[in-house]
Amino acid sequence: MLHTSHFAAVLLFALFASVVFGITQRETPRRMFRYGIYCFTLFVCSAVVLSWVMFLIAR
Amino acid sequence: MLYSQKGMATAANKQVVGQNSQQGFVYLPLIAGWLVPGAGHFLLRKWGRGVLIAASVFGMFSLGLAMKGRIYTGAQDILDMLGMAGDLGNGLLFLVCRVLGVGADQVQVTTADYGTKFIVVAGLLNVIAAVDAHNLRTGRKS
Repeated sequence: MLHTSHFAAVLLFALFASVVFGITQRETPRRMFRYGIYCFTLFVCSAVVLSWVMFLIAR
Repeated sequence: MLYSQKGMATAANKQVVGQNSQQGFVYLPLIAGWLVPGAGHFLLRKWGRGVLIAASVFGMFSLGLAMKGRIYTGAQDILDMLGMAGDLGNGLLFLVCRVLGVGADQVQVTTADYGTKFIVVAGLLNVIAAVDAHNLRTGRKS
């Protein structure tokens, strides 16, 4: 059984989702790559920000 | 020219319609892409895109299984129905796992909850990829 931390799961999720989003939502390889990087960054950063928000609310 | 000739029976449009009708079943990449991740793009000779999509969907699905994620077998409430709909997006992967009894029946650990979501999202990504293959086939996207 695979035991991953929450952050590792976020990274894996962001990686796979960003690859598919990049390929399907843009037309040229360069724009696909840039959009994939953009989605990956947004996924990871939003997860970190929301985690801090929930941490502060829970205190 | 002040008006659009899109959809009109001009010589250029007739040629395009003729080419499309000769290329066979329009929905084949959509169905193939749903049943086997990446197959829709492979049919259209988009090898790089197909490999990346297949790796992403297979990777996410298998990681979900490795985390002891649950594969939905029935729909008792609305959340189960939504999860089942997401799982069905995996096509043959879902059917094979159902037949072989792979996947946990109950979520017992935290990582299994992540795994269940990985499997559902893999299905949803596969549907997006299959629709993309259909758009490539119809010429809506290049």
